[in-house]
Amino acid sequence: MPIHDQGYRRYGGHKARTGTGWMVIARAGIRTFIGKRAFLGLLMLAWAPFLVRAVQFYAAANFTSIPQASILAPSAETFRQFLEQQQTFVFFVTVYVGAGLIANDRRANALQIYLSKPLTRAEYILGKLAILMTFLALVTWLPAILLLIVQIAFAGNFTFFKANVFLFPAITLFAFIQIALASATMLALSSLSKSSRYVAILYAAVIFFTQAVYGVLYAVTRSTALSWLSFSANLAQVGDVIFRLPLKYDTPWPVSLLVIVGLVAGSALILERRVRGIEVVS
Amino acid sequence: MAEGDPVVTLEGVTVTYGKNRALRDVTSSFAAGAVGLLGPNGAGKSTMLKALLGFIVPERGRLRVLGLDVAESPLEIRARVGYMPENDAHIPGMNAVSFVAYCGELAGLPRVDAMQRAHEMLFYVGLGEARYRNVDTYSTGMKQRIKLAQALVHDPDLLFLDEPTNGMDPKGRDEMLELVRDLAHNKGVSLILSSHLLPDVEYTCDHVVVMDKGAIAASGPIAALKQPRGRVYELRIKTAGELDLFVERLRASGLDCKQTDEDVMRVFVPGEGGAHELFALAAAARVQVRHLRPSVPTLEDVFAHAVGEA
Repeated sequence: MPIHDQGYRRYGGHKARTGTGWMVIARAGIRTFIGKRAFLGLLMLAWAPFLVRAVQFYAAANFTSIPQASILAPSAETFRQFLEQQQTFVFFVTVYVGAGLIANDRRANALQIYLSKPLTRAEYILGKLAILMTFLALVTWLPAILLLIVQIAFAGNFTFFKANVFLFPAITLFAFIQIALASATMLALSSLSKSSRYVAILYAAVIFFTQAVYGVLYAVTRSTALSWLSFSANLAQVGDVIFRLPLKYDTPWPVSLLVIVGLVAGSALILERRVRGIEVVS
Repeated sequence: MAEGDPVVTLEGVTVTYGKNRALRDVTSSFAAGAVGLLGPNGAGKSTMLKALLGFIVPERGRLRVLGLDVAESPLEIRARVGYMPENDAHIPGMNAVSFVAYCGELAGLPRVDAMQRAHEMLFYVGLGEARYRNVDTYSTGMKQRIKLAQALVHDPDLLFLDEPTNGMDPKGRDEMLELVRDLAHNKGVSLILSSHLLPDVEYTCDHVVVMDKGAIAASGPIAALKQPRGRVYELRIKTAGELDLFVERLRASGLDCKQTDEDVMRVFVPGEGGAHELFALAAAARVQVRHLRPSVPTLEDVFAHAVGEA
């Protein structure tokens, strides 16, 4: 009797109801990246600004007798600046994690494997989004919220928190917009190609090209009204509104918000068209 | 779904890619057990399987799999169906056992069960020793086997196998066919085997659906289709430039004729005429018959007859 005759038996166990496939994708994706040393190094590096800010908060809380320490005192702007600094790590994590999320699956024809399982296209996209959004939250929302807690711990009172109670929702909302924009655009770009390198270059080009175009137009017109052309400037404009800070650009913030919403909607449209079980070449 | 009901039914299904009509008003049903979906390349076999999985929405018509409507319950269907795609397909960056277990989890198996079945399936398909190797490093034959393993891991009631022996060496091909046959005949898994290779279908399946140019050309139990509605002869004639003329005469008289060698052909004589009719035609064409032997119809004859290649 061939050995393989001993291998197959019918399954009598329980199967999960449909709708949970996205969690399987997310879990597997997160596990894969956590197993990569280079990525863990990037994550640790992304927490370096948190440590610097924590030291700043400690100094501000414990060296009040030194007049210069007052410049270290945290404000709403401190948290806004922190999230803006994290934008660099958002870029690198987005490129590292996101570029291959769909591109690699397309290269290996994995989409027809995924979609032949009890899994909708929306669940597949949600699972992939969850991977990227989890890691982006780890370098934006989580350290910012922890900083807020650290500030309370070092100060030993809730005075700052009570005076800036809007900071918790502000951090959450801004981090969410930051994460959603980066994740949606990267995932859409990833669905356009079978090469993760090409996707990474494309993403970098989108970020830097839009900034460069705005920079050139600013140099010519000396007006910041065209800041809506820049990916990063739109995010900065909306961030300033959320953190109740003076606006940096002349573009009305609803326009910047609209551009962000448009980019996310456009990305969703691309994903809807590109994530399919078959590819019809006309 | 009652016992004896077809596992798949199609009612007037039309699928169009741009201007190309891949399936033309197809109405058919597939019985439980092993059914071969046979046809030349471009006949619409893969399109049919993809429509049954819900990957393609047909322009017209209705598809049912395991008693469920594809348009209404695609997820319920996919939970009970295993699909082995034609092209090389895997999830990059995973070793074999992780990949198959992952597919099991995606199909709804608990993690522990998925891992256990992944090991079993990999042994079953003959990849037990290579199960910790990265799938990216697998040979074509090994990739075919792992595609079968991922299709089986959740214990489907119905398997769609799209050209499962593509790119395999003769030994691997025989082993794959043995597995397919075993699944259908000993393990109680119904399957639809799409192939353009007649011997593969003949060896593994009990029923066949022959497709050509997006339509069903013939269907039924292989044994019944091979029953002669006439007789098949192996014929050899003396050639002196009159071969083409003779072949034309045979065809003009309504006989299916397929050349197997320069002067050897298989001729299907419908009705009761038999050898007399052949001799009469040869005499009329002044062709000398050197060899005439009754032959058993093969699936190749059925196929050739159905797609008009004779």
